[in-house]
Amino acid sequence: MNPLDLLLTPLGYDFFVRALIASALVGVACAIVGSFVVLKGMSFIGDAVSHAAFPGIVIAYLIGAPIILGGAIAAIGTALGIGAITRRSGLRSDAIIGVLFAGMFALGVAIFSSIPNYVGDLFHFLFGDVLGISVGDLLALTLLVFGLLLVLRLLWKELLFSTFDPLGAGAAGLPVRRLDDLLLILIAVTIVISLQAVGIVLVVAMITTPAATAQLLVKRFTAMIQVAALIGVSAAVIGLYVSYSLDIASGAAIVLLETLIFLLVLAFTLIRSRIYAARGAAKI
Amino acid sequence: MSDHLNAIELVDVTAGYGDRAAISSVSLNLVPGSLTAIFGPNGGGKSTLLKCIAGLMQPWSGSVQVLGAAVGVNAKRVAYVPQAEQVDWSFPVSVGEVVMMGRTPALGPLGRPGAADHAAVADALARVDMADLARRQIGELSGGQRRRVFLARAIAADPEIYLLDEPVTGVDPTTQEKIMNILDAEAARGRTVVATTHDLACAAQRFHDVVALAGRVVAHGPAQLVLDQSVLEKTYGGHLVPLAGGGVVLLDDPHHSHGAHEGHE
Repeated sequence: MNPLDLLLTPLGYDFFVRALIASALVGVACAIVGSFVVLKGMSFIGDAVSHAAFPGIVIAYLIGAPIILGGAIAAIGTALGIGAITRRSGLRSDAIIGVLFAGMFALGVAIFSSIPNYVGDLFHFLFGDVLGISVGDLLALTLLVFGLLLVLRLLWKELLFSTFDPLGAGAAGLPVRRLDDLLLILIAVTIVISLQAVGIVLVVAMITTPAATAQLLVKRFTAMIQVAALIGVSAAVIGLYVSYSLDIASGAAIVLLETLIFLLVLAFTLIRSRIYAARGAAKI
Repeated sequence: MSDHLNAIELVDVTAGYGDRAAISSVSLNLVPGSLTAIFGPNGGGKSTLLKCIAGLMQPWSGSVQVLGAAVGVNAKRVAYVPQAEQVDWSFPVSVGEVVMMGRTPALGPLGRPGAADHAAVADALARVDMADLARRQIGELSGGQRRRVFLARAIAADPEIYLLDEPVTGVDPTTQEKIMNILDAEAARGRTVVATTHDLACAAQRFHDVVALAGRVVAHGPAQLVLDQSVLEKTYGGHLVPLAGGGVVLLDDPHHSHGAHEGHE
């Protein structure tokens, strides 16, 4: 098969085109919330929230409710619960996150293991199945991306101030706690909607890796989001082709690609700063 | 705002972290146009006191009034500058963007910065001698420049009250001089300035009033009137070593265990 065919043949399949669009949208959404997650040092929360969605998904599946709704309720509840308990208990947030994350996931596994019949659908939420994405899922992803862009447009300067300096912003009267809760909700919703594409286990990488890579490269928050989105979309598209041609899991292919990009950029920045340091030393 | 009113009024305020009170029964009145240094040992409650005034900490008991109302009501007329260590300096934001944050609260959620806001940012940067660094990423700044950016952010907000946590700690003498000249000028035009400091010499020489704080208010008043050996001994306790010549030397390393006691979130 020549290289052009390799690119074009999959596009003949509707499911592949849907998967491409879905992965690209997931890439953009995760890049936006991921930039806040990385700058606020909340990567662990992303992991917790994605696992916490699991019991909600299983329960929704059992009672025949919309699966995204079940996941969203569990994820948002856990995200806000982490914030509320941290503020009241005096314990560090990473301990609270560890407790709730494990507890919620165990609840999901317990209910999951009690289901006697075949539950292949639910396995997709653990590891992702972007090739099985429906038109309805695509619509939800599109609305999510537009919703995120709208929030950024309306609340950019407030989010920037409270993310950078919560103390200064709080003293100046900004509703820092409500902005924090809004971010937690956006993270939870993004994770739940992205779960079908990349799965619970890998969604945190989609959120953290492109944003962390972008922070190595640029010096402005807006540029960081744009570069993270570019990395997220490129990795999603290329990863999907790799997954198709090598017949490996799509979520894993995308995340491996993002990890590879991160390592390359990291090596590049380390070498660059060495060269600068050497030049600086030579001048002296 | 009439002049006889207190800008800041604390009555019997007790506050702390967990089950440890950092300040107990603190009562304090600060008038408009005052320039006050809060000094005392590590863990003496300097930052806690400032955070109670800024509305960042809820006192366990007692009341705090700012500009004649409960804390928070007049938040937009207050500028708070946190300790430099409390900010992530690798954050991807430029000097100009940080100073523009000072304008954010007054603009409101749907407001966009206009010509007046950009002019205020430029003026504030000029006052701290950093007009040419507006596009720099903050991580590329020196320690003194970082303090000046945050002071510029406060100036850009045009507040009636400045609350500064350690604004001159660890900066070079030139920068300290610059910062103090600006704070002095702001107080002279009726703004209320409150700063915590480890630097007793700076507190005594450059501020009009000092508050000696060791969990409670040991003394409050003009530096030359209240700063004597007995006040210093009560404030610093065993950290103060009398010298043979009649002077005292202070054993209070600002870097030692500082974060553990006062850098608390």
